[in-house]
Amino acid sequence: MRSIDWLQLALYVGAVALITKPMGLYLVRVLDANGKTWLDPIFKPLERLTYGLMGVTSDKEQDWKQYTFAMLLFSLVSCLFTYGILRLQHLLPLNPQAFGAVSPDLAFNTATSFTTNTNWQSYTGEATMSYLSQMVALVIHNFASAAVGIAIGAALVRGIARHSSQTLGNFWVDLVRTTYYLLLPISVVFAVFLVSQGMIQNFKPYTKAKLTEPFTIQVAKTDEKGQPVTTNVVLMVQAPRLDDKGQPVMTNGAAMMVDVPKLDDKGQPAMTNMPVMVDQKVEEQAIAQGPVASQVAIKMLGTNGGGFMNANAAHPFENPTPLSNFIQMLSIFAIGSGLTYYLGRMVKNQAHGWSVWAAMMALFLAGVLLCWHSEAVGNPIHQRLGVAAAGGNMEGKEVRFGIFNSALFATVTTDASCGAVNSMHDSFTALGGFVPLFNIQLGEIIIGGVGAGLYGMLVFVVLAVFIAGLMVGRTPEYLGKKIQSYDVKMAMLALLVLAVSILGFAAWASVSQWGLAGLNNNGPHGLSEILYAFSSANGNNGSAFAGLSANTPWYNTTIGLAMLIGRFLMIIPIMAMAGSLGRKKISPPSAGTFPVAGFTFVVLLLGTVLLVGALNFLPGLTLGPIVEHFVTGQGKLY
Amino acid sequence: MWSSQLSDWYKHMKTLLTEIRSAVMVTLALAVVCCGLYPLVVFGIGQALFHDKANGSLIVDTNGTIQGSRLLGQQFTGEKYFHSRPSAAGAGYDATSSGGSNLGPTSQKLHDSITQNVADYRSQNGLETNAPVPADAVTASASGLDPHISPENAELQVGRIAKVRGLSQEEIRKLIRQNTDAPDLGFLGDPGVNVLTLNLALDRVQPTGGAAR
Repeated sequence: MRSIDWLQLALYVGAVALITKPMGLYLVRVLDANGKTWLDPIFKPLERLTYGLMGVTSDKEQDWKQYTFAMLLFSLVSCLFTYGILRLQHLLPLNPQAFGAVSPDLAFNTATSFTTNTNWQSYTGEATMSYLSQMVALVIHNFASAAVGIAIGAALVRGIARHSSQTLGNFWVDLVRTTYYLLLPISVVFAVFLVSQGMIQNFKPYTKAKLTEPFTIQVAKTDEKGQPVTTNVVLMVQAPRLDDKGQPVMTNGAAMMVDVPKLDDKGQPAMTNMPVMVDQKVEEQAIAQGPVASQVAIKMLGTNGGGFMNANAAHPFENPTPLSNFIQMLSIFAIGSGLTYYLGRMVKNQAHGWSVWAAMMALFLAGVLLCWHSEAVGNPIHQRLGVAAAGGNMEGKEVRFGIFNSALFATVTTDASCGAVNSMHDSFTALGGFVPLFNIQLGEIIIGGVGAGLYGMLVFVVLAVFIAGLMVGRTPEYLGKKIQSYDVKMAMLALLVLAVSILGFAAWASVSQWGLAGLNNNGPHGLSEILYAFSSANGNNGSAFAGLSANTPWYNTTIGLAMLIGRFLMIIPIMAMAGSLGRKKISPPSAGTFPVAGFTFVVLLLGTVLLVGALNFLPGLTLGPIVEHFVTGQGKLY
Repeated sequence: MWSSQLSDWYKHMKTLLTEIRSAVMVTLALAVVCCGLYPLVVFGIGQALFHDKANGSLIVDTNGTIQGSRLLGQQFTGEKYFHSRPSAAGAGYDATSSGGSNLGPTSQKLHDSITQNVADYRSQNGLETNAPVPADAVTASASGLDPHISPENAELQVGRIAKVRGLSQEEIRKLIRQNTDAPDLGFLGDPGVNVLTLNLALDRVQPTGGAAR
């Protein structure tokens, strides 16, 4: 943990703190249907035109049911739009690599994934998706799902801030204004900056480069019809080597193994068809191209996280320099952090907004430090093999980011429900990988996804206030509103959906043939891969322990369902709570009112978050990363 | 009573149709603005201001042959070249199939491949059998296309290159320095030696690649 890395951490935290207020103030204008911004000259005519096409009256507000219904309807329509493009991509333009149609289960998984702001990717971008699919089918959700999240967050804040009100704003207005005034202009500037760092933005077919040093690989031989050529060979199995007396030969306490022909029931050697391998000289490097920068800018800013390339933000074209890396990390937190200021401003209690922010940042710092420390210490198993301890755990990391920026990115992306990765979480040390997993399981409330982080955290705030009320024996109040049984029920429902869905699906997969077939690692790490997949899907994060082969009909379908549950079954009770809060009267604070700002509140909020997270997930985590940490120390391999 | 139910139903259907229209039209509007205009504007600005970068930072030799991208690593295993990191992208540095090994800390497979890589690295570079080996030299990167190796890793390969090519170590160190990407702004990220540009620079200094091997 070098001092230069501490400096980078300080700069990051400082930068996040600095942009919180200006972003929050701008959000106040954007999320007000009549708000004025300096972009009005450009976007006001476009905004009016859009409303005209939609038939929307911008000053007509909706109650919570109408708002939620509009949101669900929009998500359904835009999801079908994406599904259609993916299924038809072979017929559509901008497909220079001539990729075929996306299979039905993968198209379902991908369309729900992007609609729910998850961006789980069962596919390899540069080998599956045409430029049109990336640029239209996927990018539309990078904007829209982010705007939906912010809209829901804003509706909940309005519910808290207003009193005796039936309505929570207009979903269509929030959607359009957030996209035009917030996401689009920042993305344009951001994307151009990214190109200046070396990110590509073109529509060329993949470039062929001539290798300086060609090499030879072994590939399966195929006949004229493209079918693999096979040959019939004796199947070999491993058996203990026996000495003259028929006793196993021992080396270092273990039986020495040799290859012997496998015999069938009749004692005949068993035969099998093996593909014939031939040498193939590799003389070229095909370089994937595409409109990457425009997609990456909104993928980060909207906490979507879905990469253009398979390696996501680790790919040099998607994250060329440490500076592009820093700005990408900053953009992940920018809007979510600003929304805490927006909360404080709207409820006229700025200290409350900052207290929520402080609780988030405390959890963030704890995660960074543990992850960074674990990765810097590295893997004792590999160090015993002669890997220099000073380098830390570099498996699955890029040299230009090193240990610190990989650990920081992993923490940021899982705190904020982004899911982009600049290193492979699957190859992290046990505790280094525990941090992203637990971050997601806490409910994506550490800054969180844009909007989603705020409404997720506010559920915990309601719960914390409720617990405080129980402790002092008074009716719990939140910013002058009585928290009643209905509100607590809705808050609990939102939390339970997450735990039940993550643990239910993970338990199912870990005892099923289809679940185990996808594993890339054995032992506790295998369980972690499954647990991570469903946590990521439910939490709408989208990052992965990416060794898991999830592009199968079973995984695509279950993960698709988990993403829908994690998004919409959480939003519906939260919107019901927002509606209920909005209808309540505000009573003036009394001596017995629990203050929702300051140190005591932050500690209580942290306690609530950690208690719920630990009770739900520690048993599962104990069987995954925690036991893995101890067996790593013992040097056990799987 | 029937008529009031019917008119209720009619009202609901009308609301539903209005909402569906809004959803369809906003989807199309966003598609045009965010998925058509926006990427084209970025394309236009990017191509105009940063033409080389927007097209992949390609390295083109004097004959017009594309040799690679400054940002993407290539596989090098020959004695006369600096070796890049192990790669899990396709058959090695396949820029249409980026990715890492995704093997975890207790993986037998990873343990075995690192054992092999450490032994190879020591024998190729004439190190003691118990000498520590730089972590980046024996582990696969996240993208499988990492263009860089650490300066420590490059330094350990200097002896071998100097011997094979018959160049002085100082000359080679100078090329390493010229092809090292320092941390941005002096402190962001880690320094890395660009293997492809370094090896191309070596070949320019000495086109035949030194002693015939």
